[in-house]
Formats: sequence, structure tokens, C-alpha cells
Amino acid sequence: MIKILLTTLLTASLAVVASADDNSRLTGTVKIDGSSTVYPITEAIAEEFAEEAPRVRVTVGISGTGGGFKRFSAGETDISDASRPIKAKEQKLCDELGLEFIEVPVAYDGLTIVINKNNDWCDTLTVDQLKKIYLDGSTIKTWNDLDSSWPTIPIKMYSPGTDSGTFDYFKEVVAGKKGSIRSDMSVSEDDNVLVRGVSGDKGGIGFFGCAYYFENKDKLKAVAINNGKTNVIPNKKTIESGEYAPFSRPLFIYVKKTALDKPAVKVFVDYYIENAGDMAEEVGYVRLPQELYDRVKKNIASRKTGTQFIDDKGEKVHGALESVYE
Amino acid sequence: MKSRIAKSHGTKQLKNKLFVLFCVIVTTLSVTALAVLLITIANQGFAHLDWDLISSYASRHPEKAGIKAALWGTVWLCSICVITSLPVGVATAVYLEEFAPNNRITRFLELNIANLAGVPSIVYGIIGLTVFARMLGLFGTMNNPLVEIGDPISFWYFRLPFGSSVLVGGLTLALVVLPIVIVSTREAVRAVPSSLREASLAMGATRWETVRKVVLPRSAPGILTGAILSTSRAIGEAAPILVIGGFLFIRFVPANVFDDFTAMPLQIYNWAGRPQEEFHAVAASAIIVLLAVLLAFNGVAAFIRYRYQRN
Repeated sequence: MIKILLTTLLTASLAVVASADDNSRLTGTVKIDGSSTVYPITEAIAEEFAEEAPRVRVTVGISGTGGGFKRFSAGETDISDASRPIKAKEQKLCDELGLEFIEVPVAYDGLTIVINKNNDWCDTLTVDQLKKIYLDGSTIKTWNDLDSSWPTIPIKMYSPGTDSGTFDYFKEVVAGKKGSIRSDMSVSEDDNVLVRGVSGDKGGIGFFGCAYYFENKDKLKAVAINNGKTNVIPNKKTIESGEYAPFSRPLFIYVKKTALDKPAVKVFVDYYIENAGDMAEEVGYVRLPQELYDRVKKNIASRKTGTQFIDDKGEKVHGALESVYE
Repeated sequence: MKSRIAKSHGTKQLKNKLFVLFCVIVTTLSVTALAVLLITIANQGFAHLDWDLISSYASRHPEKAGIKAALWGTVWLCSICVITSLPVGVATAVYLEEFAPNNRITRFLELNIANLAGVPSIVYGIIGLTVFARMLGLFGTMNNPLVEIGDPISFWYFRLPFGSSVLVGGLTLALVVLPIVIVSTREAVRAVPSSLREASLAMGATRWETVRKVVLPRSAPGILTGAILSTSRAIGEAAPILVIGGFLFIRFVPANVFDDFTAMPLQIYNWAGRPQEEFHAVAASAIIVLLAVLLAFNGVAAFIRYRYQRN
């Protein structure tokens, strides 16, 4: 008798759990576009989410952070992947159209400078050397121009497109606010094309999110960045601690506030934040501290809109993610 | 005198043999190139070729990745493309051949159609995006359409503007292949002997009756050949589709003509562009499926053509 009672109780409680968490009948659409750096995380989340809620129609595009924000501010997408915070100009466009968004950091990335596997002369570069290579008007043509002990093999540069957040981030670090980057590079919005370019060219050099490096470790070599004191190679530890400066950076998704009224989008975003850490690690990025995910979850629940990276005066906020998200 | 004839005959024979040899070499070269391509793809792709490839969606794990969404996207695209381009193309060709007066306007039209055949397909993509997808902004934006009827996942959903939908993809491909349909239909219609038309007209048939009962049945095989060519072109086209929708990670099949979609060439392009060898193998398998779809479409058209020729 007791046994039967127990079984009934157990079944009942299981049923309650199942129905509370059951998204198998949920329908709707979630439209996502933006950064190719964030794409692997979003793709992984979308794939796993399809198991959880098979009837929700999620589409993920790759048009670069800038291109993604263009579509986002035009109201064409619900979520925008971004490998840099939204710019004041882009935010103004959203404001004008009355489009409110919630900023969600999802992982850390270490923007990785990569060279060909057979490049045996270069192991580390300083930011100054990067400036020498990349600044507009640079006369560097071969590796020898950079360091006289290096061979006279032409430097072939591969870069993400100007619509890409990775390019924007790199540009800001290397060229500063007003400077510009040389334009005689091979450019692609697709990071896979850059991987293939650098891995097929002995004198090649390129840069992109660390996931694309970790995924292709057998084909590429990462350059350590000299921060003035030591040489730092991008890995989980140095990226998370911020030691891999100045190229350690957060990745984001931007969620349209009104889209959260659609159950499908709300459930998807909750699922995203819940699994962002695991998925980020699986595809090669670094998870954020749990308290940051918790804080972001609260922001979603309370619909806290706007970016934390532009202050009231319209100035850019700098600093580590934890301090910005105080 | 006699020897001169013999000599010139000898040179002629030599030239003849050289020409035949040249033809054989050229044919062998092109066939070898094709064979190498097919063998490489078969070699890479057959390992992964199974039902799972066709029945599962795209995935970040190459061993789980499939082409369901892309395959259905391509089937939808091609169907819409054929349904729209064939009637318009055939009607245009018949008008130009049978009804149009021989004046400047007609010649201007003909010149333009010939030029359209040479326009790069990406240009059609841009036209498709602005005219079909966004409808010049006359009906609101894609995500905030002016006219919207029904549930987005029901079969009878309707929306203005059309947005980056499979319908717009199909219509744009129809634009791409329209010149091919028109040109091949005109050839077919022109090949119908005029004595047949004259006989029909002499019996008191109107021009419409002559076109419907004499010209079209006689030219149907030629028209279908054009349809085959254009479908093959549409299946392989990636550029215009890329402009309209871009590459999308999608795990569903279109529910209606206004749904988002991806297509086989885009999916193959994406996989082939990834650095991991495993994805290249998946791409090769997808190419085999694409070729099979192509053959299926061609087979249907060839069958219809065969039936027409027999009657």
C-alpha cells in the first residue's frame, strides 16, 4: 500500500517537473543575426535548444557585428550577436526608432593573432610591432622589415571585414580612436576563410576570436602578446584573468525588449544564459563568472534596458566586465 | 596535274585526321576533368552518405550534420522558380515569335532579352532584394509588414512585403533563368515548319488556336529542354540567394512560401569553407545529393519530353 502511494507520489511529482519545464509544445520564431565570432556559441545554443523546444523556429545569420546591428535597429531581428559593445551611433539609431534592448554578455574571447604553422621565426609580438604592421601608411612589406633577424618573406595580412566587431576592436587597440588601419589586406567576414588563408601562406598573419584558433590549433600558431612585462599566450586562464591584455574582451548578445514578450524569445534567451558558459567552453571561448550570468538573468527579468558601456554623457565606458556590470 | 590533285588530296586527308584528333583530345580533356571532379567528390563523400544526412538538420558536429533544411529549401526554390518562369517565359517567346509585329519596339525587346541572359546573377539578387523582398519599402519593413494574414507557420500565411522568404528566392531565380527559357522556347517555336501554321490558318483556325493546337505541341520537347537547362541552373545558383537571405543556420523546413530558408549551394559553400576536413566530407556528400536532385529534376523533364515525342 505504502509502495503504491509512494509510486503515485513520485509519478505525480515527476509530472509536475515535466510540465513546468516542458517547452516541447512551444511555438514561435527567434531571428538572430550578427557577429561571426559569436556565431559558434549561438549556433551551439540553437542546436541544443531545438532538442528542448523543437517547434520553435530559430534562424542564425552571420553578417558581422555592424551588419547585425543594422538589421537589429531596422527591427528585422530579435537578437543581435556582437563581439563588441554597441556603438553610440548605433544606439542613437535604436533610440530614434524607440527600439529598446537588453545587453547580455555571454562569454570572454581572446582576440588571437595567428600566423602560419611553419613560421618558425616569430613567437611573440608587441603592440608596437602590431602598430608597425597594421597602421595606415605602414611601409612594412616583409617580416624582415619588422625585425632584421627575420627572413625576407612577405607579410600577407588577413583581416575580418570592416563590418566586423573583431576588426573594430582590433582597430581601437592598435590604431586608437582616430587612427586607421591599412587597407591592403585580404578581407573576409567569414573567419573560416581567414583560417584557410593564414594556414596556406607561410608569411600569413591574421586575427580573430580564439574559438577559431582553438578549433584549428593543428593548422595555425598563436602569437604571444608582449604586454611590456611578459609574453602572454591566449588560453582559458589568461583570457579570464584579463592577463591577455589588451586583447581579452567580452562577447554579447543584444535582445530586443519587445521581443521578450514573445514566449519563444523569452524561453530562448533564458536557455541561452543558462547554457552560455558550457556552450562557450565547448566551442572554444571562456565562460563568465557565474555571478555575472546571475546578474544578467536579473536584468532580463527586470527588463533593464540600455548598454553599460556608454555613460549618461555618451562617453565610452572602459574597464573589466565585472566592474562595468557593477 | 594528276600528282597535284593527289597531293592536295593527301593534305586534305591529313588535315581531316588532325581535326579529328584535336576533337578527340579536347573531348577527353573535358571528360577527364569532369571524371576527376566526380571521383574526388565520390571518394570524399560516399562515407558520409546515408539516410541520416538527408533526414537531419545542420549541426556543429560534422558527424551529426545533415541537409534536411537545405534540401527542402532547394526543392521549394526550384518548384517556385519553374512554376513562375515557365509560363511567363513561354508566353513571352510565343508572343515574340508568333504575334509581335516586326518593328523597332520588338527589336528593342529582343536585344534586351539577349542582354539579360548575360547579366551576372548577383545583380538579379539585388533586384530581388529591393523589389520582391523589401518591395521598395512601400509596405513597411520585413519584420513589421503592412499586410499580414494568418499564422506564420500555417500553410496559408500571407504577408506584404514578401521579406527574405523562399518565395522571393524562387522569384529571383525565375528572373535569372527567364532569358534561358525565352531563348530556348523561341528556338523551338521557330523550328515548327511554317507550312503547318499555314495549313492550320487555311482551315479557318484562329492564330490562338494555331498556337495552342499546332505550334505548342510541336515545340513542347524543345521547350522542356529549355526548362531542364534552367532548372539545373537554378539548383546550382548561390549568389542571388546569398544576397536575399544570407547564409542561415536553420533547423526547420519551410512551412509556407513566406518562410525563411536555406539552400543546398549555400549549405555546401558554408561547409566547404570551414577549415575542418570532416566538414569537407559532409560538403562532398551534400554535393552528391545535389547532383542526385539535379538528375531527378532532369529525369522528370526528360520523361515528359519522351511522352510528348511519342504522341
